[in-house]
This record gives sequence, C-alpha cells and structure tokens, in this order.
Amino acid sequence: MAGFDKVVSSYEEAMAGLTDNMTVIAGGFGLCGIPENLIAEIKRKGTKGLTVVSNNCGVDDFGLGILLPDRQIKKIIASYVGENAEFERQMMNGELEVELTPQGTLAEKMRAGGAGIPAFYTATGYGTPVAEGKESREFDGRHYILEPSIKGDFAIVKAWKADRYGNLVFRKTARNFNPMAATAGKITVVEVEEIVEPGELNPDEIHTPGIYVNRLIQGTFEKRIEQRTLRTA
Amino acid sequence: MALSREQIAQRVAQELRDGYYVNLGIGIPTLVANYVPDGMEVMLQSENGLLGMGQFPTEDELDADLINAGKQTVTMAKGASIFDSAESFAMIRGGHVDLTVLGAFEVDVQGNIASYMIPGKLIKGMGGAMDLVAGADNIIVTMTHASKHGVSKLLSECTLPLTGKGCIKKVLTDLAFLEIKEGKFHLLERAPGVSVDEIIKLTAGELVVPEHVPEMSF
Repeated sequence: MAGFDKVVSSYEEAMAGLTDNMTVIAGGFGLCGIPENLIAEIKRKGTKGLTVVSNNCGVDDFGLGILLPDRQIKKIIASYVGENAEFERQMMNGELEVELTPQGTLAEKMRAGGAGIPAFYTATGYGTPVAEGKESREFDGRHYILEPSIKGDFAIVKAWKADRYGNLVFRKTARNFNPMAATAGKITVVEVEEIVEPGELNPDEIHTPGIYVNRLIQGTFEKRIEQRTLRTA
Repeated sequence: MALSREQIAQRVAQELRDGYYVNLGIGIPTLVANYVPDGMEVMLQSENGLLGMGQFPTEDELDADLINAGKQTVTMAKGASIFDSAESFAMIRGGHVDLTVLGAFEVDVQGNIASYMIPGKLIKGMGGAMDLVAGADNIIVTMTHASKHGVSKLLSECTLPLTGKGCIKKVLTDLAFLEIKEGKFHLLERAPGVSVDEIIKLTAGELVVPEHVPEMSF
C-alpha cells in the first residue's frame, strides 16, 4: 500500500485489528447493500463482545444474523430487528442487548459522528420511550431531545465501484446507510464490486470521497433478496 | 359495512393532491398507490433512499439493489432520485413530505400514537415511524377502529409505548374518518352502512358527533 492506494489483498487484512468488545458500524438496509463478505470475515475471526450499529440485523443465515449463533454480538443499536428467530431468542433471554433507535436518528447519529458533532437535537422520539434519560429542550414552542452521535472503532461498508484511492460510488438503494457509516469509523473498510484506476470515476459523480476510506477490497456478492416481489405482467 | 383494506386505501387516495410527495407506510398504506386518481401525479418516497418509487418489477427488471422500505423489490418511476438515509430523513424531518400515511395499534384524543411495540409480544422496532410522525404535518393514520373482540383502539390515553406525542390529527378507520383536535375525536365521515351509534360504541376516547355525519363516497 502506498500513497493514497487503499486496496488490500485479502479479507483477513481488511479486518485486521478488529478485537473483542469493539464497536462496528455497518451499512445496509435489510439485506440490501450490506458488506456481506466483511461480516463473514468477522464470523471467521470469531471476534466477540461486539457492539454493532446497523439499521437491521440480517436474517438467520445471512448478513449480521450469522454473528448471532456464536454470540459475537453483545449489543445492537438498530431501528428494526427481529427478522430472525435466533435474534428474538437471545433478546428475550437477555443475552443480547438491543437499543432501538429511530431510523432517521440512527442515520443522523452516524452522520454527526463522522462530522465531529457530538450530539444534536431532534423532535423524533420526544415523549416516547426513546426520550427516557435524555435531555430535552424547547425551540420555537416545539420539544426536542438531545441525541448523542455515534462513532465506531470500525465501519464496514459496501459500495458498487471505487477507484484505488477509495472514492466510492453506490448503486440504487444499496446506498442507504453506507455513506454515513463510511464517515463514522476510526477504521473504515469498504468492499466493492469493481475497483478502477484513479481518474476513471467522474469527480462530479463520487458519492463518498476517499478521505473517509482506510481499506478497500474487491469481492463477489450473493446479494440475497429478502422480499422478492414481482408484478404479474 | 366496515371498509375493506382496499376501501380504506381508496378513501385515503381521495386526500392526495396533484404534485404531492407522499410517504406510504407498510401494509394498508402501501395499497394507496393503487388508487392515485387518473391525471394526477404523485411521487412516492421510500425512506430507505428513493423518491419516485415505481411498481413491482417483472422478472427481467428484478434488482437486488433496488428495494422499498418494506424490503420488497421495486422499480423506479420516471424522474426518480436516489439518496442516502440521512438525506432521506432530512426530507422527512425537515417537513418536505406533503402527506404521510401509516398504520397504528392505538391513537388517543391528544393526538398520541402507538404503533411500534407491544411489550412482551412484539418488539421489532420503530423503523422510520417515529421520524415520520415527528417530522410530518399532514399525517393520516389508517387502522381498524376496534379489535376483533370489540375493544376500541381510539382511546382517551394510549396504553402502549408511544411512537409520537401529540402529532396525529387525522385517523381513517374501517368505520369512520375522524379528526383529532382540542383533546377530542371529531367524527367527520362514516363508512357506508355503518351507524353513528356503532361508531360511538366503539370509540373509547371522547367523541364529538355533529348533527349530520355524511357517508363516505367512493
């Protein structure tokens, strides 16, 4: 690796330095745009006690769900969970700590974390269980709660294309939480479908600048569909 | 007769206006897209990062990278745009969405809504619902008026954990269209063939009934 070249040659190298009890921020919505191979590498490594920040927690045998059977996740911060049986079992038994967070607040927590903003006020969640223990304040007659931002020891991200400098382009709704996740990791690891040479991506069309990216790897993806819905022609 | 799911969607669709940006929740609200009046243009916002959601794909169009907030595969309408989750919720929280339609377990006379959790039973999370109810001004809640056992879901005070406080003004149930203001439900319309008495019986929160309550028309 030299200069701005972020490309690493193996998944082992991509996730090197991830140790027990760290916080990992993951991009993806449902199974769409998840860093599936980086998650598989965490399973292979067997890292435990993780706090995972992600909108969802995958399904039983794919995505973040594969980290559940070996109890690798200690706590999850998510907006919508329970698409898998093992998750529900661990949550009900108190083996897994779950911090339910409104989706927009979660996105903003990542964005703010990556932008050096320690906390922000939002009307979302005022007067609900989400507001418990949080400071609230009135602006122009409306109530807001103070939400702390989130940073991760690692951020794991899936993009469509990158150049070797880590400039990223996402594809369709696989973008979702990935750009915010990319900004909020001390070490941001990105896997992509294609890596091109610097200069080949149009600077006007880059979604995430390479400054946020530490490691980059090209992978192959299953891209499983959670709800295959077709129209009858 | 109580309204069917499709009729609820049809009645909501009458509230659409040309040029509206609309967020439709999962379930009955999704069906509203099937009843956009002819000649009217609305754009559907899907909070996972799509404005201009199209219909479900054909086999050939199927794309794992293109889903809606219910995780179903979709297509993009002409003029669609794609953005990240923070941008998506900036639209929602910033009050840029013209109409939001979502479901609920309970609403009450103070405009509170409970829709995301039944302690000990259903703990899946709020997704984007808390952001939607806090950010939008024009919200229609679609729900059944009472449980199968005849227990009202329109209450003087919600019993389940809240999704939002004091943010609901319009409720469309299978029996009635109601407005919430000044700490009371106000009956605006009744489903065809449903009597005012039946609605009164199944509304636990204080209900104001005007002299004439028109039937909904489709």
